[in-house]
Amino acid sequence: MKLNVPTLAQLSAEGKKASVVFWVGCAGSFDDRAKKITKAFVKILNQTNTSYAVLGIEETCTGDPAKRAGNEFLFQMQAMQNISTLDKYEVTKIVTTCPHCFNTLKNEYPELGGNYQVIHHTQFLKKLIKEGALSIEGGVYKGKRITYHDPCYLGRANKIYEAPRDLIKKLDAELVEMKSCKSKGLCCGAGGAQMFKDAESGNKEINIERTEQALETQPDIIAAACPFCNTMMTDGVKNKDQEGKTEVMDIAELIANANDL
Amino acid sequence: MAYLPNLIFFTLVVCSLGLFTRNLKRIIRNINLGKDIDRNDSPSLRMKNMFRVAFGQTKMVSRPIAGILHLIVYIGFVFINIELLEIVLDGLTGKHRLFAPYLGSFYNFLIAMFEVFALLVLIAVFFFWTRRNVLKIKRFWKDEMKGWPKQDADYILYFELVLMILFLSMNSTDSLLQDLGATNYIKAGSFPVSQFLTPLFDSFELETLIFLERTFWWLHITGIFIFLNYLYYSKHLHILLAFPNTYFANLEIKGKFKVNPQIKTEVQLMLDPQEVIPEASPTTPDKFGVSDVFDLSWVQLMNSYSCTECGRCSSECPANITGKKLSPRAVMMKTRDRLEEVGSNINKNKGHFVPDGKQLLNDYISPEELWACTSCNACVEACPIEIDPLSIIMDMRQYLTLEQSAAPSELNSMMANVENNGAPWPFSNQDRLQWANEE
Repeated sequence: MKLNVPTLAQLSAEGKKASVVFWVGCAGSFDDRAKKITKAFVKILNQTNTSYAVLGIEETCTGDPAKRAGNEFLFQMQAMQNISTLDKYEVTKIVTTCPHCFNTLKNEYPELGGNYQVIHHTQFLKKLIKEGALSIEGGVYKGKRITYHDPCYLGRANKIYEAPRDLIKKLDAELVEMKSCKSKGLCCGAGGAQMFKDAESGNKEINIERTEQALETQPDIIAAACPFCNTMMTDGVKNKDQEGKTEVMDIAELIANANDL
Repeated sequence: MAYLPNLIFFTLVVCSLGLFTRNLKRIIRNINLGKDIDRNDSPSLRMKNMFRVAFGQTKMVSRPIAGILHLIVYIGFVFINIELLEIVLDGLTGKHRLFAPYLGSFYNFLIAMFEVFALLVLIAVFFFWTRRNVLKIKRFWKDEMKGWPKQDADYILYFELVLMILFLSMNSTDSLLQDLGATNYIKAGSFPVSQFLTPLFDSFELETLIFLERTFWWLHITGIFIFLNYLYYSKHLHILLAFPNTYFANLEIKGKFKVNPQIKTEVQLMLDPQEVIPEASPTTPDKFGVSDVFDLSWVQLMNSYSCTECGRCSSECPANITGKKLSPRAVMMKTRDRLEEVGSNINKNKGHFVPDGKQLLNDYISPEELWACTSCNACVEACPIEIDPLSIIMDMRQYLTLEQSAAPSELNSMMANVENNGAPWPFSNQDRLQWANEE
C-alpha cells in the first residue's frame, strides 16, 4: 500500500503550506529497519490529519556524522544546503524521528543561520495527545514490560527524558528502568559516527553491554526513540538469542501498532 | 633570642607562600598558552553554576557514598581553615590562642566543632583509603592510575590523616597544660575529641608536655604549608581550580558542539564569494583542529589542571567500560602532562618554548583512543566539576580528518557518500522517498 506523503515541493506548487516539516533523515529514508519507524510515524500523522510535508529528494544529510568524524567542512556544507532549502519554503517548524538530526538541526544550525523550532517525534506525539488529536489505548501492549533506552542525543544531549516515558505509560504498559538510565543512560555504541565503522578493539561490543542491561529487566519490549539505537539494540538482542522473547520497537511503532494503524 | 621562633615562623610563611605563588603563576601562564575563548557571558548564571556545582557539590552526591564522604572532608577543610588563621597569627605574634579572649564561650564552641570535624575527616579518610586499597574499586585501578597517580592519591590521604592526628594531639597536650596551669596556656577551648587522647600524655612531666605540644603545633602548621605546596605537584589542585572551572564551564546544552567559525567563513566564501562581509573574512586559519596543547582553548587547559583523577568519567564511558583504549580521564591527564612538559621547557628556556619535536597527538594521545569515542557525553555528565574531555577528543578528530586525512577508511567512505549522495550510505538521493511506495 502506497502511503500518502506530501512533499513541500508539491504543496508549494499548489500554493499550500504545511504547518510542520517531517525531517525523515537518512536512516529513516534508506535503512530497512528505520523505514518502518518512518512509516509508523507517517501513519500517525495521516490519522491525526496533521498538516505536514517532507522534503523528499530535497532533503540531504544534516552533516551530523561528518561533524562527529571531524569533518567540519562537510558538515557546514551540508548544513548550508539544507538551510537554503528550508528557508526557500519558509519552514519554521520541524519534527524528526532521529535524535541526531534533531540535535544538529536544533542546536548546530542556528549559528549557521538556520533557525527553526525543532521537535523530536516523542515530544510531538505527546503534544498530539495533549491537544486531543491522538488517543492511545494500550491494546496489544497492555500490561507488557517495556524498558526504555535513552538515546544519548535525545537524553543527555538535550535533556529529553520524560516525553518518551510518558508515551510508554499511556500504552498501559509497565515501564521498567535499566540500571543506567536517563542522564546516566549507557550509549548503544552508534553515536559519534561509530555507526559507520568497526569498533576499536576491546573486550566487548558496546551494544552487547547495553543489551545485557536491557535484558536484565526481563522486558517484553525494548523501546527506543532513535533509528541507530534501534539497529544496535536489535543486533544485541539477536546476539543474545532473545529474538523470540524481546522485541526492539520505536515508540512511534508502539503507538501505531496499539492503534491498529 | 626571644623572637627567634617568630622569625623562623615568619620565614616559613614567606617561603611557603612565595613558592606557592611562583607555582601558581606558572599554572596561570601555562593555562594562558591556550587559545582565547569567550566565557565571560552571563556572569550571574555562571556564579549560580559555580555555587551549585563547586560550593554545593551537587554533582558529587550523585554517587552518595563517595559524595557524602567527600562533603565531610570538604566542610572539615573549610572550617579547620578558620582555625588555621589563628594558628598563623599565633605563630607570627608569639601569642597562644590569640582569639580566645575576644570570643569567650564562642571560642570553646568553635574549637569543639573543629575537633568534631577533625574526627569526621579522619573517619572519611579511612573509608577513602579502604575504597582505594582494600575494596580496590575498579576506577582507581585502571591503567592510567599505575605508578605516580596511585601513589599521589594515597599520599594525599596520608597527609590528611597525619594533619588531623597532629591537630588533635596538639589540642590534647594543650588541654593538659591548661589544667596544670602552665604559663601562657590560658584556659580556652573545649576538647570533645582530643580528651580521649589525654591518657597517652598525662603521665608526662610539664616540660615534656610543653615540648610535645610545641612539636605537634610546629609539625601541624609545617605540614599544612608542605601540603599547600604539594598541591602543585599533585592531582589535588581541584580544591582551588574547581571554582573557576565551574564558573567558566560550557553552559550550552551538551548536544551543541561548537561550530568552527574559521571554517564557517571558508564555507561562505566557497558558496558565495560576494556575500561574505569583509570584516568576517579574516586571515586564513593556520590549522584546523588540535594536535598540541597550544591549539586547545585555555578552558580546556584549565580543565586538565582541575582534574582530580576520580575516574567517574571513565567508569561511565561506554568505550572504556567495554575495554577500549579510550579513557576520558587519561585524555585529561595526558593533556596536563603535555602542558607540564611544555611549561618546564619554557622555564628552562628563559620564557620561550623551544620546539621539542613532540605533541599531544601521538606522543600522548593516540588516534585509536580518539576514534573509540561515541560522543555520548557520559564523561561530561559524570564529571563533578564539569570538565569536558569530549571537546578535546572532537577537536583532535578534526585535526586528524581535516589536516591529515587520517580518518578510519570506513569513515572516509561514509563522508564520501555524504558528499556525493547526501547520505552516509551509497544510495541515490533520488530514492529518498522510495519508502513511501513500499509496503
